[in-house]
Amino acid sequence: MDTAMLIEKSALVLLLFLISLGVAAYQTYFERKLAAWIQDRVGPDRAGPFGILQPIADGTKMFLKEDFIPAKADKWLFIIGPGISMFTALITSSVIPWGTNLNLFGRDISLQVADFNIGILFVFGVVSIGVYGIMIGGWASNNKYSLYGAIRASSQMISYELAMGISAITIVMLTGSLSLNDIVQSQHGMNWNIFYQPLAFFIFFITSLAELNRAPFDLPECESELIGGYHTEYSSMKLGLYLFSEYTSMFVSSAIMAVLFFGGYNFPGMDAFSGNTLAILSIAAFALKIFLFIFVIMWIRWTIPRFRFDQLMHLGWKVLIPVAIVNMLITGLVVAWNQGWM
Amino acid sequence: MQEISTSANYIPLLLQIVVAAAFVIFTLVVTHKLTPRINSDRKDENFECGIEAEGNARFPVSVRYFMTAILFVLFDVEVIFFYPYAVNFYELKMEGLLALIMFVGFFLVGFLYIRLKGALEWEK
Repeated sequence: MDTAMLIEKSALVLLLFLISLGVAAYQTYFERKLAAWIQDRVGPDRAGPFGILQPIADGTKMFLKEDFIPAKADKWLFIIGPGISMFTALITSSVIPWGTNLNLFGRDISLQVADFNIGILFVFGVVSIGVYGIMIGGWASNNKYSLYGAIRASSQMISYELAMGISAITIVMLTGSLSLNDIVQSQHGMNWNIFYQPLAFFIFFITSLAELNRAPFDLPECESELIGGYHTEYSSMKLGLYLFSEYTSMFVSSAIMAVLFFGGYNFPGMDAFSGNTLAILSIAAFALKIFLFIFVIMWIRWTIPRFRFDQLMHLGWKVLIPVAIVNMLITGLVVAWNQGWM
Repeated sequence: MQEISTSANYIPLLLQIVVAAAFVIFTLVVTHKLTPRINSDRKDENFECGIEAEGNARFPVSVRYFMTAILFVLFDVEVIFFYPYAVNFYELKMEGLLALIMFVGFFLVGFLYIRLKGALEWEK
């Protein structure tokens, strides 16, 4: 790896970091505006025109509020918890290909921070570490509400990870690679995986909502029973890191859903373009898909009521896992039939 | 299709890890230094919701959560075994598919067993 490559990767990493934070911040604004729209209210409208500066005001507030640690809490674990959550949320985006190669200063720049052949496994691995952030934070608070929130969160996240893993296997089977770059390239133009694997997408989408602790799976923080769930005791930027990591994860998992099932940066009629025009259009197409996913996830939150915990476990273990396995077997058999192996 | 991944592929990931860790540590340290801190006995207690908190939160919780965690470990290992197969799906052809069906059979036997044992029941 030469110096120029290192510089361009560093620039990409920094840009991606700033975009992740910016998108996460404005997702909060967008969510509040959307909620207001759905509930026929006005929403935030004081900070700047249409309340557009609201996320900045919120961020500043969080930076300046008292950073409180309860006397009974385990101090170091209490600090580490939100750190792990934010850290894992920020590094998942490294394996996502954001567009076709961009040509700048006579160099072909790949818009993917790290392309290695275990992309999907890396994503699942990092998402699993995210569970520790919530579990450690909730346990260290030494508060029963936090503890229940954390335990609910971790058992929900690990349960839904099984179905998520199995539903993503069908995509790996069809593509023959774990690299997200290969998966995107195999969906050139309009040849998207959603047309071959609608059921796998449906399962993956539901499990993503559960992994994100979003409604209707937001039991870890259900306000009416657990106050704030695992972050009841948190204040200041530690709370901010938890909330930020939730929104960053939402952005990244929308991107991953777009990559696995909706062709990533591919769009119909992309062969008519080339070079930098294609690169910019592909980034725009990808951004549009991510935006639509974020919109749908928020729309669901303000429309569907929350599950009860036994219903949640029932859905995860007794419905999604068997359906995902059957879907995998059917995929194998159909491909075998089409290829003439039997 | 990318055949080999060398350790050079992971250097950019290292950069991203450094940036993410730096941001997290910076934020935690700066807010710690920047914000006011006023302590009192009453304030330092844990948050409660109208009723005084009894004891602390280091107590045993329902064994069902533990069961879920143990079952997750078992089944997640099996799910990971599907991945190498899925990557080589087109090379292994029918032989691989038959092996997969057999493996799923074993998987389902275990799954049915825990189901009939009632390990997945939360209502009782």
